[in-house]
This record gives sequence, C-alpha cells and structure tokens, in this order.
Amino acid sequence: MKNGLKLGAKLVERIMGGIFTLCGFAAVLFVAVITVFLFVSGIPAIGEIGLGDFLLCTVWSPTSANPQYGILPFITASVMGTAGAIIIGVPIGLMCAVYISKFAPKKLRGVLREAVSLLSGIPSVVYGLVGMIIIVPAVRTVFGLPDGANLFSAIIVLSIMILPSVISVSETAINAVPHEFEEGSLALGATKTETVFKISVPAAKSGILASVVLGIGRAIGEAMAVMMVSGNVANMPKLFGSVRFLTTAVASEMSYSSGLQRKALFSIALVLFIFILIINFVLNFVIKRKKD
Amino acid sequence: MKNKISPKRKVKAAVINSLMYAATGIILVLLAALIGYILYRGIPNISLDFLSTKPSLIKETIGILPNILNTIYIVLMTILVVLPIGIGSAVYLNEYAKNKRLVGMIELATETLAGIPSIIYGLVGMLVFVQFLSFGTSLAAGAMTLAVMTLPTVIRTVQESLKTVPDSYREGALALGSGKWHMIRTVVLPSSIDGIVTGCILSVGRIVGESAALMFTAGMANEIIGLFSAPLPNNPGSTLTVALYMYAKERGEFDVAFAIAAILMILTLIINLTARLAAHKLQKRGGDK
Repeated sequence: MKNGLKLGAKLVERIMGGIFTLCGFAAVLFVAVITVFLFVSGIPAIGEIGLGDFLLCTVWSPTSANPQYGILPFITASVMGTAGAIIIGVPIGLMCAVYISKFAPKKLRGVLREAVSLLSGIPSVVYGLVGMIIIVPAVRTVFGLPDGANLFSAIIVLSIMILPSVISVSETAINAVPHEFEEGSLALGATKTETVFKISVPAAKSGILASVVLGIGRAIGEAMAVMMVSGNVANMPKLFGSVRFLTTAVASEMSYSSGLQRKALFSIALVLFIFILIINFVLNFVIKRKKD
Repeated sequence: MKNKISPKRKVKAAVINSLMYAATGIILVLLAALIGYILYRGIPNISLDFLSTKPSLIKETIGILPNILNTIYIVLMTILVVLPIGIGSAVYLNEYAKNKRLVGMIELATETLAGIPSIIYGLVGMLVFVQFLSFGTSLAAGAMTLAVMTLPTVIRTVQESLKTVPDSYREGALALGSGKWHMIRTVVLPSSIDGIVTGCILSVGRIVGESAALMFTAGMANEIIGLFSAPLPNNPGSTLTVALYMYAKERGEFDVAFAIAAILMILTLIINLTARLAAHKLQKRGGDK
C-alpha cells in the first residue's frame, strides 16, 4: 500500500509523525523542567538553613539581625485554611451536586450548571477584591475584632472558591451511578430521598472523594485571593489572627527579596510543589481504584 | 402507599431536603449577589476616558488602556503557542500512540500540569523564561508561562473531540489511499473543529483570569506597548487582573479596582456563553454519530 505514495509525500508523513510525537511529549518535558528547576533552586537554601530548622522552626524573620527561616507558620496556615475551606465547602457543594443530579427540574438543572461554571470562571483577584471589601469588614464587625483580615476570612473566601470543582466533579460521579441500583432500592419501598442518600451517594463515593481532593488542591494552591484577605503576617496561625500561607509567603516577598531570603522562597515553593504532587498522587489513586 | 412511611422517616427526609434546598439557594444567591454587587460598584466608574488612556501622574488620572492591550497581547501570544502544541499532543495521543504505558505517562504528566498552582507557574516561569532564557520581565515570558499552564485544557478538549470522530471517516480516507497526515489534515481535524474552538475559549478564560503566574513574569508596568513590540523581550506590562490587584491592594483605589472587576466579570460572562455554545454544537455532533 505505502508504495503508492510518492517519495515526497512519504517524507512529509514521516516529518509530521515526528512533530506530533514531539508535541505528545511536550507535557512530560514541561513537568520534568518544572520539577528540575524547583528542586535545583529550592534545595540550596534548605541545605544552608537545615531541614529541621526550615520545616519546624516557628519564626520567620529573614530581615532581622539574627535571621530565622522557619516555615512552620506557613505550613500550618495552609493546612488549617484548606481544612476549613473543605469543612465548609464540601457539605454545601455535595448537597448542591445531589440536588442538581437527582432532584432539580430540567430547566433549573441547566441554570445551576451554568451558575457553577460561571463561579469557576470568576478570576481569583475578583474574589479577593470582594472578600476585601465585604467579608473582611463583616468578620471584623461580627466578631468585634480590630482587624478582619485573618484566617477566618481566608477560609470563607476559599470555601466559596472550591465550590465549583466540588460540585461539578461530584455531580458527574453521582450521575454515573447505574439506574438499576436506584430502581432496586425504590422497588423495596425506600423513598426517593432515602434512595439517593443511602444508595446513589455511597455508590459514588470514590468520585466524591476525588472532588474533595481536587478542592484541597485548589485551596492549598490559591495565592491572590488569600493574599488580599488573610492579613499576610507571618504568625503561627490563629483562627482570628493575621496569617500567611505557603502561596502568599512566596508571592509577598518575591519582588524585593535577595540572597538567602530569596533562595528560601524557592524552598517554600518546593514544599508547596511536594504537597501538590502528593495530592495529585492521591487523586490518581482514587480515580484508578474507581476504574478497577 | 405513602401512609406506610413512618413519621420518623418523613421528618428525616424533610430535614435532608431542606438542607439540599438551602445549599442550592446559597449557591444561586451567592452568584447573583457577586455579579450584582460588582457591576453595581464597577459600572458607574467606567468611562470612555478610563478605557482609552494610560495612567497619568501629572493629571492624576487613571486609565486602563495599557492593561486592556496587554491582556489582548498575552491572550493572542499564548493561544498562538499553546494551540499547535496542544492539538499536536492530542493528535499524537489519539491517532499515533500505540504504547499504552507511554500514553499513561503523558496523561499523568498532563494531569500533573493541570494540578500545579499558578503561583508555582509564575515562579518557574520567572526562573526559566525571564532568567534562564533571558526574555527579561516581559509579556512574552508571561505568555510562555501561561502556554504551559493552559496546555492541559487544550489537550483534554481536543482529545475529547477527536474521540467523537467516527473511525469510518478514518478508514474511508485510508482506503482511498490517503497517508496518515493527509487523513488527519483533511478529515480528522476539520471534523473536530468545534473541540478545538472550545479548548481555545476555555484557555482564553483562564488567561484572562490569571494573575499569580503573571506578576513575576510579565511584570506590573502600565505603559502602552505597540502590537509589534509586544512579543519582544524586556517589554513588561500588567494585564487587567494584575492591575486590579495593584490598584486594590497596593494603592487602595477601590473604584478603579471595581471598574476593572466589572469588565472582567462581563468578559467571564461572554466567555462562558460562547464556550457553552461551542460545547453544545460539539455534543450535537457527537450525538449524530
């Protein structure tokens, strides 16, 4: 067959095949480059500071006479902020996903799906701006604080920002549950609500878990919105105290830092990257298990 | 029938149902309030001067023309780079790749890229494009960074669309003596054009909304740059989102920030609408098969 092609055409085929293969591996190349650059620029500062001091010291004061580079405050703030966002966002998102999937009339379903995709399309600086102007003052007044820019405000903004991923992924998972499961339950006399919450939701649990892990990834990686509402002081986190996350620690000092301080910022990014890799790994594990 | 359901079960169902309504209500009210408030605070501050001038220290006026232009430049440059690579990658995965483990590896890499937070893209973009490849802080460095960031979106949408092209099309072309590339160019890609368009629109949405990845790559300058000097190295500029951040956080100019937020909001609405239209077409085509 192939002999039917002219020599020139054959050559073009060969070249195009090569180009497509190259493009195919672009993603792999990019991941490799990102990993190499983060490790190469992140490791030296950790070596200088010492891994223990870096990860476990509770003081971050790179510009003082006796500089200390402890990032435990950032790690704890990121973990607490993410946990808070999950605790508030996941129940609301899951309930909404169940409604969209199983109860909403067809027209309302379309509207809700559109609303969710709009929420996910809003830029994070816009969330940050609204958080700054509405949520921060509200938190200050409601809890009688001198300043409302704190961990709690960040948690509220993050829990709104993770809603779209939680809702759309869990909805897909619930939609994928075979009808026979539900029909069996209904035939045995269970009501629709009972069927949905005792059969459909448990059957979709790996998909729902995936949506939670995705939400964790979103929350832990968010920088701009958090920067605008969390106060940005490098304290050990308290719910109503000004905090700095891993992401905002990198963003807030990068523009003016130099020397070891700058190198330490790359190390913080490396720590964040490792967190994300772990989350991705868990996500893959969850999805893989579902497929099996 | 209904009488057989005990009061306890009825109460439980009522509680769960009302929680569900409440959650859905929260989402709808939240979105409506967000859109309404931003437009209400922002639109009164948008004027022709505001859209068509650059900030002036002497006259003490603020204009966002440079930021609008920079956003357009970055969108164009990013799409120009990411689209060929993304389509090529999707074509490789769907048409060429035979080794399952290689495909698995590429898909894992794509998922990893999709999960990396934008602040890390910004940082690595600064290390690789700004410093290592010496683009300097520039629109070009920002666009390259965003091209890597949006690659997974393009690959995924185009791949979905390629999957809906019936195999009979391919077999028909090959049976007529066409080569593989010829078949892809004349049969496969034209039939998946709506997937390519959708991927494009989704990427534009992400680019327009991105800020963390641009602050350290494209910089924060507010000067007007011409179309032909935009891709050159050492030409920094802030997009609308970065400008919003600077005006709100660093300068306390909230009216300006809300005006930009309103523009971004309207853009988001338009982008979502077009994406839905394109996706709708895609689904209809998939259904015809």
